[in-house]
Amino acid sequence: MIYYLPTHEYARIEDNIAYIGISKFAAQQLGNVVYVDMPEEGDDVTAGEEFGAIESVKAASDLYSPVSGAVIEINEHLIDNPRLVNEDPEANWIIKVEMNEPADLEKLLSPEAYAELCAKEQH
Amino acid sequence: MKTTCLHPRHTAQGALMSPFGGFDMPISYRGIEEEHRAVRGDVGVFDVSHMGEVRIHGERALDFVNRIFSGSLTELEPGKVIYGMMLNPQGGVVDDLLVYKRSDRDFFLVINASNIDKDVAWIMECAAAFGDGVTIDHQSDEWSELAIQGPNAEKTMKEVLGIDCSDLTFYTFKEFDRDGHHLLVSRTGYTGEDGFELYAPAEVIIAAWDALMKAGVEPCGLGCRDTLRFEAGLPLYGDELTDTITPLEAGLGMFAKVDKPDFIGRDALVAQKEQGLRRKIVGLEIDGRAIARHGYPVLDEEGNQIGEITTGYHSITLDKNIAMAIIDARFAALGTRLQVQVRRKTFPATVIKKRFYTPNYKK
Repeated sequence: MIYYLPTHEYARIEDNIAYIGISKFAAQQLGNVVYVDMPEEGDDVTAGEEFGAIESVKAASDLYSPVSGAVIEINEHLIDNPRLVNEDPEANWIIKVEMNEPADLEKLLSPEAYAELCAKEQH
Repeated sequence: MKTTCLHPRHTAQGALMSPFGGFDMPISYRGIEEEHRAVRGDVGVFDVSHMGEVRIHGERALDFVNRIFSGSLTELEPGKVIYGMMLNPQGGVVDDLLVYKRSDRDFFLVINASNIDKDVAWIMECAAAFGDGVTIDHQSDEWSELAIQGPNAEKTMKEVLGIDCSDLTFYTFKEFDRDGHHLLVSRTGYTGEDGFELYAPAEVIIAAWDALMKAGVEPCGLGCRDTLRFEAGLPLYGDELTDTITPLEAGLGMFAKVDKPDFIGRDALVAQKEQGLRRKIVGLEIDGRAIARHGYPVLDEEGNQIGEITTGYHSITLDKNIAMAIIDARFAALGTRLQVQVRRKTFPATVIKKRFYTPNYKK
């Protein structure tokens, strides 16, 4: 299952693990990614709160976590090759979180609801 | 929001648009990096019709413009362009601008879009205090402007636009009529490359844009205009220059001729020179991948804040993280080790020369 925040982060859920990254739409809007500011393994993240930032040439954008829990892995490939986010944002997740509040998912957008939001933002 | 005459072209061509200086302007077309590289290696065209234009003319025009402008206009030959600033009495910068000298009685000023209203009000106020013999014509609505920039700019001007610029040296201009329209072209720019700025009425600029697009010239947005000027160490009003930063602090003292006849702000600069500078704009190279953006704190090695970033990017040409910052002058020596705070983390940084990229001007 995949869920989205209105701020364009996704959480792909496998059991109680969330793979968190940015949507294809967000990656396109940002342009080439030059740096991903990630938390450290073991840090806690909170649903709806900022956990890092993603930088394009032009600007830095905060990243918000769709779920609460502990960061169990960061995507180390992004340290030297942040542009992987542009190539395939949904395969190249940013952090992996062990969720401690499954009810968080109920507040997130379904793929259909998120697609509608993107369509609106484009116009 | 104001728009330029090319606004329908930008939206039809799918440019990413954003407000700048009161105008809805293109930030990028194909991508900031691609456009940046096109200008460094070939040629690109920018819609800069948002820039403001003011004509100052009359019997006493020379004396008046000398009074409000930091550069020396008396010795400047007609047909030449000069960069400099208008200062307030405290030595802060009202705006940085180009002055085109047609004659001692006729000057053409090109000012920043974001400052048009402020500048025109300031010039009017100064003119009222100055007295007769000078007429101010605010002409921003009459002129549109393209910047054609890059090593192949001269060739493009000739082959695509039919304008032979081989007779123009760096910072000179010429004017001519074509099909009943008046055109002004100068060998100037804001990218650190050879290039030209073309001023003309909207219909001429639209036709020129269409011809450049048909010829495959890269359309460029304000995104790469900023990354290009930054690499060349050129200031942007609002970042490196403000009402409270003097040209001396900005490292632009060579454009403020304190030895020329009196001008507004001169006394403040002389006093600042005597007292010594308390802060300076420097270049920084940052270790690590984090990008130091405008307003981020600059710290000494002990962690005390000593200034802030004015502009910072991952340099496209140099592939380094660099920034300009205004800092306590005691830390401004080349090679000084400092730190930059990027969100929750700090990164080591070193003071370097702020002309990161050596411009390729055709002198």
